[in-house]
Amino acid sequence: MTAILEVERISRSFGGVRAVDNVTLHLSPGEIVGLIGPNGAGKTTLVNLMTGVLRPSSGVVRFSGRDVTSQKPHQAAQRGIARTFQLVQPFPEMTVVENVAAGARFAARAPTIAAAKAEARRHIDFVGLGALADRQANALTLPDRKRLELAKSIAMKPRVLLLDEVNAGLNSGEIDSALELIRRISAQGVTILIIEHLMKVVFSLSHRILVLHHGALISEGTPDAVARDERVIQAYLGTRFAERHGRPGHG
Amino acid sequence: MMDRMPARDRIAFILVGLGAIAFALTPWIGGNYLARFATSTCLFITMALSWNFIGGYARYPSFATAAFFGLGAYAGAIAQTRGLAMPGAWLFAAIFTAIFAACLGFVILRLRGHYFAVGSFAIVEILRLGASSWHGLTGGGSGLNVPILPGGPEFASRVFLYSMLALALVTFAAAIWVDRSSLGFGLRCIRQNESAASMLGIDVDRLKIIAFVLSATFVGAGGAIYASWVSYIDPADSFQILLTIKVPVMVLLGGAGTLFGPLIGVLAFQTLEERIWSSFLEIHNGVLGLVIVVLVFCLPGGLLAVPYRDMFRRLTFLRRKAAP
Amino acid sequence: MIDLQVILNGVVLGGLYACVAVGFSLVWGVLNVINLLHGSLIVLGAYLAHLGFTALGLHPFLSLPLVATLLLAFGYLLQRHVLNHVMTEPVLVTLVLTFGLDLLLYNALVLCFTATPRRIVLDLGRIEIADVVLPVDRLAAMLLALVLTGLLYCLLRGSRLGRAIVAVRMDRDAAILMGIRPRDVYAVTFGIGALMAGAAGCLIAVVFPFSPGLAETLLGKSFVVCVLGGLGTVPGALAGGLALGLIESVFGVWLGPQNATIIGFAALLLVLLVRPAGLVGRPGYE
Repeated sequence: MTAILEVERISRSFGGVRAVDNVTLHLSPGEIVGLIGPNGAGKTTLVNLMTGVLRPSSGVVRFSGRDVTSQKPHQAAQRGIARTFQLVQPFPEMTVVENVAAGARFAARAPTIAAAKAEARRHIDFVGLGALADRQANALTLPDRKRLELAKSIAMKPRVLLLDEVNAGLNSGEIDSALELIRRISAQGVTILIIEHLMKVVFSLSHRILVLHHGALISEGTPDAVARDERVIQAYLGTRFAERHGRPGHG
Repeated sequence: MMDRMPARDRIAFILVGLGAIAFALTPWIGGNYLARFATSTCLFITMALSWNFIGGYARYPSFATAAFFGLGAYAGAIAQTRGLAMPGAWLFAAIFTAIFAACLGFVILRLRGHYFAVGSFAIVEILRLGASSWHGLTGGGSGLNVPILPGGPEFASRVFLYSMLALALVTFAAAIWVDRSSLGFGLRCIRQNESAASMLGIDVDRLKIIAFVLSATFVGAGGAIYASWVSYIDPADSFQILLTIKVPVMVLLGGAGTLFGPLIGVLAFQTLEERIWSSFLEIHNGVLGLVIVVLVFCLPGGLLAVPYRDMFRRLTFLRRKAAP
Repeated sequence: MIDLQVILNGVVLGGLYACVAVGFSLVWGVLNVINLLHGSLIVLGAYLAHLGFTALGLHPFLSLPLVATLLLAFGYLLQRHVLNHVMTEPVLVTLVLTFGLDLLLYNALVLCFTATPRRIVLDLGRIEIADVVLPVDRLAAMLLALVLTGLLYCLLRGSRLGRAIVAVRMDRDAAILMGIRPRDVYAVTFGIGALMAGAAGCLIAVVFPFSPGLAETLLGKSFVVCVLGGLGTVPGALAGGLALGLIESVFGVWLGPQNATIIGFAALLLVLLVRPAGLVGRPGYE
């Protein structure tokens, strides 16, 4: 199966710091892939490289087989690559509908603003924000802003969705709702790459996990395999987690 | 695509229509003086609406207005002295300025905030000094004479009044289109968060250049009409720093990034300036400065953003309380 | 084959320009405010020096400390009570506000002093070394300009206040965490900017004929110096001033003074596009 999104030997340096170091990975259509690693490992930089926000110092990015290494962010968006941000920043002066309609109009190419708004309402209902549709975006609470961010990205009709720490700042119940939503999005055929620090989320959701450390990919495989990988335990997970995860019924 | 127009907007459009008719009738209502005031007000309306595209919707602080105005004035004047008929010269000036803005925008729209402001400002200075130096083409510091329109002063004043009025109406039509269209929607997104806008699929570079070109084209035409109207232009007059700052101030006064804000701002400012000029000639600049300071402190969103209904309610409430 | 005289003229001019612009650069770099009043403040300083000279017989170099102090107070109060309220507003608002204030000051200057050009003429003769002629008054003004700029540098490097200012310039939030109150730093910095403007005015009065109209020209030069050299630092102002002085002197001889000014602005644009941080500046201050 051809990968829908892949990077080959991609690197990016900032001054003397090698933020992403010779990474090769691929996403197969329909997968949910988890990307984990300590802070500063280069996860967000990698996402920036995949979405055209940054140019790699070397290496290639391919989408559906086509070389898109030098794409601009808006081109990535129109191709069907959407991403969310760690620090959620909606358009503050606009309503929830207008925020989501922007994604529908410009990335998904809805024919008119009115059509985009109609579509936006559907996506807003999908994420459960229906009651707040006409509220101003900057009046929303954090969990609602996260939902808005998700609604914006699915309004873009993406084929690949890169989720950058969607769960930061949410409590346990909110996280479970978020997980449910992500599973529903995946069920619609969207390929998902999820960056997360919460192991329970990553391990329960992902088909496959990638581990980044100091900009390099140090492990890749099923959740179980990765949890038992010595290098990953050393770099990130710690022995306690590994032990806990190894026993059935935990994790 | 047209949502049902709210009543407030319908009233506003009717007022604009009435205003246009009033302007058209000024030669008969108020004679030459009022006609001239109306003509220059139409010019400012054109410039304010134009600036609003880049400075209001996209919030890129452009100080290039005088550059486009002066460029249009000289382009039109030079075309006319070379034999081109007036309307042709005006069209030429508009196109010339548009192309200039496209090239300039390609280069300076990468800058943000202060640096963009300074860059756009530097263009005004460069063009002014250039016009002053390039004697052969522009007449240098001594200025350029434009052939006077035959037919007598009354006829001329009416021709220029209706030309400026037409230009203002065309610019307003463009503004309506931008406000309702995806261009306006996209610019508003850019204003609030340019990088997020880009990642939502908005081609920010393209939209910014379009807004910048729109902010130049009608101003260039206005400059050309102005040159034909006053029959004599010079570098200091055409590339005025005062002009390039006054226009954003007018838009801020009314409400930047809105459709009717520039109109209200120009009318308010022009009326204010008329009163100041006639009463305080010597401290004209100072009073203008004072008005600007007051504007910044008391009207942060412009006249359109003032919660009139709340104020009115509070005032009537107070009156009721005061009654015995 | 460039004349030594032309180079030297450029250097002398450059020293003056550095002093003219350093206050403007500091305010822009630390407060992130473009102070459109700057040119008028310089001209105000020039008028005060001239007044001291004609009315009290005070040598402009002696009245300089007095003028500088007056302007320091004026700048401090202006920032603290007027400009401070709009520090968080978008770029356009602060620009428009300082423009309005500048109109007020400009009008006041015209009313008080009229628009006739003035100059303080100090007949100090000239120095001639091997084909190069330097009027002493210009040379003295330039040396004094460098001294003042150097003093400012020492202040910024050596004193607690100076280091607080630099800290706020580098990282406002970190400075707050260190216990520095930006509000106070802003007011003092603006005051220092006005002080340098006043001092520069005293020197300008000796070198050029001045009138309220000169304010606009000096503001334009300050812009160019800041962009060429880099914002918010004394070395930046020196580098930018020197660059502009040399550009104007060299191109002035070759193409005429007006075209030399065009080249200055063109250089500004070029640097903005290629290296916005300036010749010696550090990126990230936008």
